[in-house]
Amino acid sequence: MIGLEHYLTLAAMLFVLSIAGIIINRRNLILLLMCVEIMLLAVNFNFIAFSRYLGDETGQVFVFFILTVAAAEAAIGLAILVVLFRNRQSIAVQELNTLKG
Amino acid sequence: MLHSILFYVFAVAMLGAAMGVVFSRNPVHSVMFLVLTFFQSALLWILAEAEFLAIVLVLVYVGAVMVLFLFVVMMLDVNIEAAKRGLTRYSFLGIGIALVMAIELVQLIWLRSQGAAGTGGFAPTPEGYSNTEALGAVLYTEHAYAFEIAAVILLLAIVAAITLTMRKRPGIKVQNIAAQVAVRAKDRLRVVKMDAEKKQ
Repeated sequence: MIGLEHYLTLAAMLFVLSIAGIIINRRNLILLLMCVEIMLLAVNFNFIAFSRYLGDETGQVFVFFILTVAAAEAAIGLAILVVLFRNRQSIAVQELNTLKG
Repeated sequence: MLHSILFYVFAVAMLGAAMGVVFSRNPVHSVMFLVLTFFQSALLWILAEAEFLAIVLVLVYVGAVMVLFLFVVMMLDVNIEAAKRGLTRYSFLGIGIALVMAIELVQLIWLRSQGAAGTGGFAPTPEGYSNTEALGAVLYTEHAYAFEIAAVILLLAIVAAITLTMRKRPGIKVQNIAAQVAVRAKDRLRVVKMDAEKKQ
């Protein structure tokens, strides 16, 4: 029977996969944003599984707000990306050294 | 039984699609795999009886956010070869970290669930239960304040995205509508009185 552990395991695998993706694709800013989206999806899985397990809808309300904030984050992130590409003709992460950080 | 089979089919498809996002060489393929990932997770959420959020995920993510990603990926025309040149140098480190974390997390989850009561499936929902109705009953009463803040965050995202991407280009000819409307005849035209002169 599919229960809480199955969903948590699936979410953990998804989260770990997105961490690997961030390390592997650390040169491409668009792929980094996509991996962050997968990471948020994994967190949402945990919220939904626990909400179903405890019979409490508050977890699903939280997923609703995470989706809202993630959409806003994606919109602003992509806008920054477009401005960056317009100014430098490249979105390679290793060339972003203006701040000398 | 059918529930379990569906869960495993969707889970494998979702993890495969997520791997496609991470390892595919072309960013457009990555976006397409991400769409598949969101679809599969929406199906999994329907299996977990979170129907409203599953539909919201498809509508908001696949319908809006992924289209935005695809638009940006196609507009930017990124040099794929340059972006992927250092693939093998960090990939072993990334995969190693991911494997260690995966083993730890899975071990922790299954270890904790050994002694806990009530494992082996979610409790069935009561008769006539509507996920959307229950969510709305909580969202608009207990969490009304957070709901308003979410609306403000969305407005903030609109304003930020527009102000970031809007640009004033110098050196191009544009109309100044306000100045054109405000102009009067006496600013442009001067009537001069003078005596008629004889032709030489």
